[in-house]
Amino acid sequence: MKRHRKVPFLHVAVDLPKMDIFLQQIINGLVQGSIYALVALGYTMVYGIMGLINFAHGEVVMIGTLVTITVATTLIKAGMPVAVAGLAGLSSAVLVCMALGWGLERIAYRPLRNAPRLTPLITAIGMSIVLQNVAMIVWGRNYLTFPHLLPKVNFEFAGAHFTAIQVMIVVVSGLTMAGLVLLVYRTKLGMAMRATAQNPQVASLMGVNSNRVISAAFVIGSALGALAGVMVGTYYEIAHYQMGFMLGLKAFTAAVLGGIGNLAGAMAGGILLGIIEALGAGYIGDLTGGFLGSHYQDIFAFIVLIVVLMFKPSGLFGEKTGDRA
Amino acid sequence: MSKWLNPRSAFGIALIAAALIALPFVAAMGGQAWVRILNFAILYVFLALGLNIVVGFAGLLDLGYIAFYAVGAYTYALLASPHFGLHWPFWVILPIGAAVACFFGVLLGSPTLKLRGDYLAIVTLGFGEIVRIFLNNLNAPINVTNGPQGITLIDTVAFGDFRFSGTSQVLGVSLSGPQKYYFLLVALAIFVIIINLRLQNSRIGRAWQAIREDEIAAKAIGINTRNLKLLAFAMGASFGGVAGGVFSAMQGFVSPESFSLIESIMILAMVVLGGMGHIPGVILGAVLLSILPEVLRYGVGPLQMALFGKMLIDPESLRMLIFGLALVLVMRFKPAGLWPSPERKRELSEKRAGAV
Amino acid sequence: MQAKLSVVALSVAAALAMTACGKKEEPKPAAAPAAPAAPAAKPVIVVKLGHVAPMTGPQAHLGKDNESGARLAIEELNAQGLEIGGAKVSFELLGEDDQADPKQGSIVAQKLVDAKVAGVIGHLNSGTTIPASKLYSDAGIPQISGSATNPKYTQQGFKTAFRVMANDVQQGKSLGEFAAKQGVKTVAIVDDRTAYGQGLADEFKKAAEAAGIKVVATEYTNDKATDFKAILTKIKSTKPDLVFYGGMDAQGGPMAKQMKELGIKAKFLGGDGVCTPEFMKLGGEATEGNYCSLPGMPLEKLAKGPEFKDKFTKKFGMDIQLYAPYVYDAVMVMADSMKRADSVDPAKYLPAVGQTKYDGVTAMIEFDQFGDLKGGEISIYQYKGGKLEYVETLGGSAVGAVKEAAAEVKEAAKAVAGAASAAGADAVKAGAEAVKGAAEATKAAVEKK
Repeated sequence: MKRHRKVPFLHVAVDLPKMDIFLQQIINGLVQGSIYALVALGYTMVYGIMGLINFAHGEVVMIGTLVTITVATTLIKAGMPVAVAGLAGLSSAVLVCMALGWGLERIAYRPLRNAPRLTPLITAIGMSIVLQNVAMIVWGRNYLTFPHLLPKVNFEFAGAHFTAIQVMIVVVSGLTMAGLVLLVYRTKLGMAMRATAQNPQVASLMGVNSNRVISAAFVIGSALGALAGVMVGTYYEIAHYQMGFMLGLKAFTAAVLGGIGNLAGAMAGGILLGIIEALGAGYIGDLTGGFLGSHYQDIFAFIVLIVVLMFKPSGLFGEKTGDRA
Repeated sequence: MSKWLNPRSAFGIALIAAALIALPFVAAMGGQAWVRILNFAILYVFLALGLNIVVGFAGLLDLGYIAFYAVGAYTYALLASPHFGLHWPFWVILPIGAAVACFFGVLLGSPTLKLRGDYLAIVTLGFGEIVRIFLNNLNAPINVTNGPQGITLIDTVAFGDFRFSGTSQVLGVSLSGPQKYYFLLVALAIFVIIINLRLQNSRIGRAWQAIREDEIAAKAIGINTRNLKLLAFAMGASFGGVAGGVFSAMQGFVSPESFSLIESIMILAMVVLGGMGHIPGVILGAVLLSILPEVLRYGVGPLQMALFGKMLIDPESLRMLIFGLALVLVMRFKPAGLWPSPERKRELSEKRAGAV
Repeated sequence: MQAKLSVVALSVAAALAMTACGKKEEPKPAAAPAAPAAPAAKPVIVVKLGHVAPMTGPQAHLGKDNESGARLAIEELNAQGLEIGGAKVSFELLGEDDQADPKQGSIVAQKLVDAKVAGVIGHLNSGTTIPASKLYSDAGIPQISGSATNPKYTQQGFKTAFRVMANDVQQGKSLGEFAAKQGVKTVAIVDDRTAYGQGLADEFKKAAEAAGIKVVATEYTNDKATDFKAILTKIKSTKPDLVFYGGMDAQGGPMAKQMKELGIKAKFLGGDGVCTPEFMKLGGEATEGNYCSLPGMPLEKLAKGPEFKDKFTKKFGMDIQLYAPYVYDAVMVMADSMKRADSVDPAKYLPAVGQTKYDGVTAMIEFDQFGDLKGGEISIYQYKGGKLEYVETLGGSAVGAVKEAAAEVKEAAKAVAGAASAAGADAVKAGAEAVKGAAEATKAAVEKK
């Protein structure tokens, strides 16, 4: 076997001809997947408790990004240090999105608790359209650039490139997931959430204020959305009023893949989806002799999803939800 | 009022028929563009009724319905355009389109039989995207769909020498192209309405309703849920395919961008907004959602000028905003849709009473 | 030749007349000289022109830009007080929104047909222009698009379809030639799977392969994507000299940036979709030193370009986005055809559109038998310090035609002013400069008198 590359300082011999490319694809997938996961956590949080697909969650992410841009850019222009401006942007985005999540639940979803199950779905789609258009009126139709909040630090590892921002995204989404698990399984609020998820009526008989618990789930989910928005903005450095829709869709796919309602599942589903997309775009074309190339990147995820659901109808890590529709 | 408009009374039928015949001529007074808008509204009625079989009757949440529409449209486009040099007649292709779409319906239905609710929603959504992406990319290695460029110069509908484009004289009345398509579409829509009505109260229809309400119980009483669910997908898909064929002929051009996810969502919104499973409600929903954006387009600008004397927000932005708000508000105050079926309404009020 | 000469001479005469009247507008060469504003009570006919572009959605800024271009043209025409067929003509613009959606495109097209417009300017996107063109063709209404570059639009065999911009075939070809000239040996091609991106990338591929460049990777993305790392990583493994992107700025900018992050050393090249300030805004430093192309000549290099730019920015308070000058020319070509045919009836002036020979802001506009712009030069630009810098113009197949036109104008200029204006060695440039020269010579002649 011929040695193509040696990375002396790591004392790792890379044997396969394009190991660096493979590693790079895994990194690409991991970062993209972590973003999906972060957004998917918001979906799953709400779904786990109410059984509602909050289609507008992608839009919450979008609002988070745009608010950060406005606040951070204004502060940087006013001469504030970048770190302060960034933190101010992040916290204002989190606050705005929390308020938004609370408002969404209060105004749009709460009155529909006992409605047929498609009704809240349509409302969510309606809300998604409303938020997009409000954002368009406020921020305009053009693409916006996200301010440089973090210094560009590039790393190279065995021929693969990655940046500090990418590392941060992976770490943040991992920590967020861990934090949420702690919240749900180790706190009183978490217990109330689990109780409400099981049976809101019985939970309220036990003294749980299920309205407050559901509000809390929305507020926390939206705060996560804001966080995801800031991550996406820092990473790609662009934002647009329509950016949330596709991201939301992919994240939702990730959540379903992992088993919607399951926090660890959302994380795993997100990362899996990211890696499938990256490897799919990178290798399927060569494997199929050019017939299926990267033009099918978006459907690899869906095909894997269909296959997984055929064998495990509640996703990879989903509990059997019985007849919940 | 309901007695007057009751379609079962002969008088009601006559009234509706007269209105349907007069409509394109009334609309034409405002310009042929309105007839065209009307045509799209009927096309959406057609699509919504097709989806109603899947979602309304059988309770299977389908977010990828547009895929069947796309399949039908491309079947027509490929068999009646210079792309392959084929120019088959309309009445041959339409059943083929329906059959191909039907096949795709079964293709989607079979792996998803076990899935329910939101899982089904995301898989059907994925299916819709898969179909669109394939249509967009099948121009290489063999050029089947011509990729993103779409297919142009698709034949118009023609019966012998009677062509549906351009103006012609029928029984001494001058009919424009869109008006002719209007009558074709109305005929097709009546056909699908009759099928819907017949299905609703048939054995199959009842079985679907049983599946919708409780699949396990339905299975327990001996309903073949698998076949019936597949049948629902297949029937819904066939209607989508026919609608696609007509769309193709009417437009003369198809490209994958006409079959995006938002279209699927729009059709679902029509079904739910109007009143799931209730045929008049679905028709209402389809007509409202396809005409409303047009009305807003012409109404919002002048209204702002009148109120504030200047354009505060440009009308195009406001149009979608109002559309979104309308969806939210209708769902908030009429959660079973604008015109729900009487049973559904009753169930809902019982549920409400039980919940309190 | 003689006939053509007299046309130019006449137009110069018209220019003289206009200048003498103290009008500010750039004179429009025309067969029938526009008489100095006649105060007599002549009948006024209103000529309705339709304009269609997306006013909502992601391309709305381009749509507004197009419409502004058309409005500017209409205002100038009205200020000129044209007379056609013995009546004073007042133009009116009916602006419609097709949302870049083919279905909406045909609805608004029908609306314009109903409104009995005399002509249609647009649409912006090829995707909406093509289905709408059938309606206009059926109704016999001339349609001139200033931005639909898909070759299919004019290849359908409709007599009513014209465009005043080089199409994707011409552009892809020039880009391929340019890449070869730069010494590129291997190229990776990415397109966004839209009608525009795919069409351009395909033509580029053909030209590049014809020029002996090896295509080492063909990858795809979509027009909503933000992450290109997976395909770029794959491209990296093939080590190309150049990455060609067929698509728009919103994806191209981030793509250039991500190339840099992945340590890809290849250059980036794209078509008019990425030849925008937006691209540089989104791509940041990563765009520096890379190339892109735009159909036609840069405004600054054109005789009437800077003047148009000033007028536009003054009137609308914003910069030209992309296609406004082309749309402006499209309106002017239509009005010019009406003048030559001396009729505003579509049936009567349609043949005149095909015979157009109009010296517009963007080019010397002439149509071939399909309704495509003859010549169709493509200019290459480089991103330098956050600005687009003009590099060169490639003539594609039709350099000959441009050369001929340039020679004619040059001769005309000599004939009128008796002063030879120096024309550059580059034949294409000569065309533009000669026009300018003629105009200057005219002014000089007026002053002497």
